[in-house]
Parts: sequence; C-alpha cells; structure tokens
Amino acid sequence: MDFLRPETLAEALELKASRPDAVPIAGGTDVMVELNYDHRRPSALLDLTRVPELQQWSDGLRIGAGVPYVRIIDELGAALPGLAMASRTVGSPQIRNRGTVGGNLGAASPAGDTHPVLLASDAVIEVASVRGTRMIPAAEFYLGVKRNALEPDELIVAVHLTPAKGPQQFSKVGTRNAMVIAVCSFAISLFPRENRVGAAVGSAAPTPRRAHEAEQFLASALDFTSPKPLLDSVKREFGELVSRAASPIDDVRGSAAYRKHALAVMARRTLGWAWQELLDGERACA
Amino acid sequence: MRVNVTVNGEQRQADDVWEGESLLFVLRERLGLPGSKNACEQGECGSCTVYLDDVPVCACLVAAGQVQDREVRTVEGLADGDALDPVQEAFVEAGAVQCGFCTPGLVVAAHDLLDRVPKPSDPEIREALAGNLCRCTGYEKILDAVRLAASRR
Repeated sequence: MDFLRPETLAEALELKASRPDAVPIAGGTDVMVELNYDHRRPSALLDLTRVPELQQWSDGLRIGAGVPYVRIIDELGAALPGLAMASRTVGSPQIRNRGTVGGNLGAASPAGDTHPVLLASDAVIEVASVRGTRMIPAAEFYLGVKRNALEPDELIVAVHLTPAKGPQQFSKVGTRNAMVIAVCSFAISLFPRENRVGAAVGSAAPTPRRAHEAEQFLASALDFTSPKPLLDSVKREFGELVSRAASPIDDVRGSAAYRKHALAVMARRTLGWAWQELLDGERACA
Repeated sequence: MRVNVTVNGEQRQADDVWEGESLLFVLRERLGLPGSKNACEQGECGSCTVYLDDVPVCACLVAAGQVQDREVRTVEGLADGDALDPVQEAFVEAGAVQCGFCTPGLVVAAHDLLDRVPKPSDPEIREALAGNLCRCTGYEKILDAVRLAASRR
C-alpha cells in the first residue's frame, strides 16, 4: 500500500488522476474502520489533511471538504443552523473533531447525518479533477447505497450553501444521543421570502432523498407573508407526505414500518419548531 | 514507511510502519506506549483517545502517515514525572477506576474538557465524555472525578 501525502490541491488532483484507485482519507472515521477490520485493502491512501485549500471556509458560503464537524458547530452555527444541528449529532466529540462533511459525502451512506440538511438547503457539491471542476446539486449527488456521482479521478473539494434564509431544523432517531447511526433522520428548511420549503429524509431509502410532494404541499399550505399558528391538519398531512417519500427497509436498527412512522412524527415536530421560530421572529419585528 | 512524530514532547521515529496502520498501533506496538487502549478499533469506545495537535481524537482512526511531523500527547504525557495530573489524581481519589481499561481515554477526554471549560455543568461533562464507554463503573464515580478535578482548578 502507498501513502500519498499531497500538500496542495493541485498535487492531490494530479495524484488522484494517476492513481484513481487511491482512497482519499481525511478524518479517517470511516476509512480507518474499514482498514482496521480488513474490509478494504486499497492500493493507496490519499491523505488530504495537509491540503490547505480543503481546510477553510469562506463567506458565501463555501465550506472546504476537510472542515471538521466541530468547526461547523463552533463557527457556522448562526449561518447554517441546520447543518450545525446535524453535525452535533455525529458520533462523539472525538469523531466530530476529525470527521468532515466531505467524508460524509464521499461515503454517501444513506444514513449519513448531514445529507438531509444538504438536500433541504439546496447545497451544491464542488468536485474537481485535473480535467476541471464540476458543481453538482446535492439532489443529483447521491446515486445509490454508498454510491455518489464522483468519477474515479475526482475529489470532493467543497460544499456550497447559502446562509439560512429562514428557520431550519434537523431531527434524528437513535438509541442514544451519542455514537448512533441514524435509524432515520429528517431536515427541513424554510425559505419565507421565496414561499418555498426544503424537506429531506435520511436513512429511509437507498439514498438520502428530498420529499418533493411534501415540500410542494407545504409551500402552498403555508402563508409566509402573514404567518399564523399552524393547523394540525397541515402538520399531519405534511408528516404523511414525508413518510410516503421514504422507501425504508427492515434492518438491525429498525423496521421499515417504524421508520415510516418516525419520519411522520419528526416531520410534524420539526415543522412545528421551525414555524414557531418564524412566528417568534415576526413578533420580534412587529 | 518511516514516521517521524513528536510524542509527549519527544521526537520519535517509527520504522517499517505499514501504510494502513493506525496511530494507535504505532503508539502501542512500535513506540512502547501502551497507555492508549485498543478495544473497538472503530471509534466507538474512546479508550484510545489521545491529543493530536492539541485536539482529542481516537488514535485508532488516525492513519499512521497522517501524524508525520505532527504532535501527539498520550495519557503517558499528562503526568509531570511522578506527579499525577490533577485529573488523574481526581480519578484515583473518587474511585473512578474499576478494571481500568477505559480510564486512559476518559482521563484524556476529561483533561481536554477542563482545559476548554474550567467549570463544566453536568450536561457538559456528560456530553464531553459521550464518546468514552465504561462497562464497570456506571459512570457516576467518573462524573464525581471530573467534578472534583474541576473544583480544584
């Protein structure tokens, strides 16, 4: 096995082009488990922790693929509340100190914690190779169970998100707060000025996925210009549509039926929290 | 491959390191530092927690090559000679140790918490130690130890 240690992004892309079989490693929280358990023996590891371009975020927001969760929580919580909430549910402090959104995207597990937020917030994934850069909307990035839209010579460079334009919420079901793979998860983003809603489910289908019908229903049912307390019927219908967007399986973490039920509950609750935040904001402005 | 790394303030060198090897293996098997414990090898248990450039991480999830020219501080590096670190002292006094296997990781995690948050609340302590499993104590004595160490700062 070779250990490749690029010090610039250009060098990393050259290496990935000449060694497309090299497995990128940043925080190591997924890759090292596979190595320790002999589940994977790549011909090379491509260490990305020394590539400065990947370790930064800039206003706008462009978040380098190697920015660890702890920095998203500490530095970006106000601009990206949904992503910060999801990041807080990742693993443990030790894992959040190392793990990255880039790694979440690279692994493309249907249960990855940040995926529903990236979908609900219209994230765009920046990937690069020596051939150039591609901007891939999150909704087109996840192709199957642990499969993403990356070509063998490409690396995930950054995630592009706009600072939250309205309330965002994230919810995850697991057996405890720390160190759990999601049984299922849900994210919602409100875009009041655009009369639009983003909603996505995690760990409840072969890929993380948007709940399009639920989004459309809610956008038409909500009155963003003069928000009033939510009708229970709206919350219920929204939950029902979110649940219907999922196609979960029975596995060791939970049954398909439980996941469907839990998604509806999480959708109702997160909508309630997000809408309340909007109402409180209106009141504060009045 | 050869790995050069500063461990507990000392420049160390490990030879014939396999490229897929973990920092934990290098520490325990090549550098003679068995304080960090090897239990789960998947970041679940926290018993291999060490500082990497002052940030607590699971040594089992760091590739050996990633620590080249970086600084690692293990549980062995907390005491000052024979004088235990106040966190270690508190673990002894509070009886926060039973079999002791999880202790090194918990000590490092608690040490980091008190560096960042000198007077942590109980929820802050629980959150900071959420990545460290103990199967003996039921955690109460461990919480006592962290409170005790905090009270002496």
